[in-house]
Amino acid sequence: MAAKKPAKSPNVSKDELLGYYREMLLIRRFEEKAGQLYGMGLIGGFCHLYIGQEAVVVGLEATSQEGDQRITSYRDHGHMLACGMDPNGVMAELTGREGGYSKGKGGSMHMFSKEKEFYGGHGIVGAQVPLGAGLAFANKYRGNDNVSFTYFGDGSANQGQVYETFNMAALWKLPVVFVIENNQYAMGTAQKRSTSSPAIYTRGEAFGIPGESVDGMDVLAVKAAGEKATAHCRAGKGPYILEVMTYRYRGHSMSDPAKYRTREEVQKMREERDPIEGVRQMLLTGNHATEDDLKAIDKDIKAVVNEAAEFSKESPEPALDELYTDIYAEAV
Amino acid sequence: MATELLMPALSPTMEEGTLAKWVAKEGDSVNSGDIIAEIETDKATMEFEAVDEGILLKILVPEGSEGVKVNTPIAVIGEEGESAGDVAQPAAPVAAAAEEVSPQGAAEEAAPLAPAQVAVPSVDVTPDYPADAALKPTTVREALRDAMAEEMRADADVFVMGEEVAEYQGAYKVTQGLLDEFGDKRVIDTPITEHGFAGIGTGAAFAGLKPIVEFMTFNFAMQAIDQIINSAAKTLYMSGGQMGAPMVFRGPNGAAARVGAQHSQDYAAWYSAIPGLKVAMPYSAADAKGLLKAAIRDPNPVIFLENEILYGRSFDVPQIDYTIPFGKARIWREGSDVTLVSFGIGMQYALEAADRLAEDGISAEVIDLRTLRPLDYGTILNSVMKTNRCVTIEEGFPVGSIGNHLSAYIMENAFDYLDAPVINCTGKDVPMPYAANLEKLALVTTDEVIAAVKQVTYR
Repeated sequence: MAAKKPAKSPNVSKDELLGYYREMLLIRRFEEKAGQLYGMGLIGGFCHLYIGQEAVVVGLEATSQEGDQRITSYRDHGHMLACGMDPNGVMAELTGREGGYSKGKGGSMHMFSKEKEFYGGHGIVGAQVPLGAGLAFANKYRGNDNVSFTYFGDGSANQGQVYETFNMAALWKLPVVFVIENNQYAMGTAQKRSTSSPAIYTRGEAFGIPGESVDGMDVLAVKAAGEKATAHCRAGKGPYILEVMTYRYRGHSMSDPAKYRTREEVQKMREERDPIEGVRQMLLTGNHATEDDLKAIDKDIKAVVNEAAEFSKESPEPALDELYTDIYAEAV
Repeated sequence: MATELLMPALSPTMEEGTLAKWVAKEGDSVNSGDIIAEIETDKATMEFEAVDEGILLKILVPEGSEGVKVNTPIAVIGEEGESAGDVAQPAAPVAAAAEEVSPQGAAEEAAPLAPAQVAVPSVDVTPDYPADAALKPTTVREALRDAMAEEMRADADVFVMGEEVAEYQGAYKVTQGLLDEFGDKRVIDTPITEHGFAGIGTGAAFAGLKPIVEFMTFNFAMQAIDQIINSAAKTLYMSGGQMGAPMVFRGPNGAAARVGAQHSQDYAAWYSAIPGLKVAMPYSAADAKGLLKAAIRDPNPVIFLENEILYGRSFDVPQIDYTIPFGKARIWREGSDVTLVSFGIGMQYALEAADRLAEDGISAEVIDLRTLRPLDYGTILNSVMKTNRCVTIEEGFPVGSIGNHLSAYIMENAFDYLDAPVINCTGKDVPMPYAANLEKLALVTTDEVIAAVKQVTYR
């Protein structure tokens, strides 16, 4: 892997590239801030950061259209920001405040946005996979051409319900893109210690689902693969599997000291394959942006994230009567 | 502007830790992501990374310090030329309000215990349907099928999925004829994959469809219980009311006959424990139809517990469009000496016992709960305050049963009205045996109900 390599397909507009840079940077800075707030005790419980994996959601969101759904696991902050959810609402949910997307009742792992077609935020490893296929089932039932982006990790890929879902999704030709975010570690267990066959994308073959492996540190490669996958789904050909090879720089959650890998391994990834640095170099070497342009973007993003942090601290805790609301829906 | 670095909380439970080592020294410039210190928590040694870039101006807590409280300033970071004295503001306070919102406090305010004076919840005494509605003998099986067919005609978002529901016409023939009328888009045979199709059904419900997910029996739904509880029941709450699962999980529940331990379990108490679910367990065909129609229209996930032995029983069913509301018990028989509370197939023992007790001059009031969540507490309390005695009847296991819950409720709310302890008649505390004689012994019987009534009436 060459360091800071230029994109294989430089056929991308300056504006697109700047957009990806901005979106990835927003996720990174947001997550760094979340880590900081966690350290201050403002965020409690479990908090799983997305740092290092930014190109996956940003590349795939670039291929989505109005009405498409997305669903993922508990490592969900990046997905929410990438689909356009408000950073203030996300951060305030992390701090458990009234201004959060779930009014503080969901937390880091359980957030949703009906408006942005974001269906969570699920804390049980693998459970989002049949749920995501169910969203695709609804698309097919209604006869529209929408796609469900169903994200899960290399760890989830060993859950039985994933294969129950592959079978039905293929049988019923459901428009679902299964995005396996392979960050190499299922919590503290390296993939080679947990997974009999390393090429997870080939596991769809038994069900007739095409799959491919994608460089998840290259946003343009992710986007190109996503375009192929969504076209397949929208054409009524059924599900598609993308195994996106990525890497998380931080521990599994905030309380993970990450002793199962070396500092050098992480450092090497950061230095040689960082998805944001990759786009940054592309922008600079292609003369699409100057250092000053990028500094201005950094400044903007910092302001957005600081505002989210302020909002998340100032938003009040939920009213006590919220304990007993939203348990049952009223008939309309 | 110089800022203080605070002792971080590095796990959900950490309150203090040891500052094991300073990796960065005073005067070092640090970048975001650089390790500046090592901190020992109760579980592990964690690397503490810088979030902002700047110069480490001053170390406030030397390495080796133990018991450093979370949020204690441990160092000052700033730009070139600044000094540690330039700290702009005191450390941000931890969410101070958290103290005031203890769960105990909330519970006290929200759910006060009933005082000595009994406050009976309001009771709905309107008839289920007009008295002049034409009635027709119908089996429970047909009533359930008719309920689904009527709701599917009325709402194109309603569909049925499950094992053998379409071409086979239902393993117990409950979905008979639906494929012919509604086609394979809305009557869907699934593979034998309960966990998977329960999840797909729930996802479809998140998207606004109204699935009826049939389990061939609820015994197989244990494979799917994570999706039922963690996904279907909790999402409305976890999403702050944005989205939920308007759907029905239905199928036969409890013992059939001679099918052994793995196919003979009553899940009434299990599902009734879960906030976010509604639970119905009808006895008669009219209730089965009216409750299933209500369940399909309900915007919440409903567990609909049927019974294989009852499928073939006939009851009068009104020939009109009607629903039975959840949370409204039915008094099958009025009485003055004892209250019998049951639901589902337990009702047949309750009603038989009441007939035989009448011959002995004991007048039993018989209540069919019909739904277990919500539960009609008002009707139970009114009856117990009248009869002063109560026996509950169900087929499920004795520990953590519906009867246990009712006993506790009655004791807390109408203790002074009781002339005898409440007795719970349940299935026995054993896996269901296969042998005919043992199976009979394992189930609740009418004789046991009668014996319990004689005990509470001191006869």
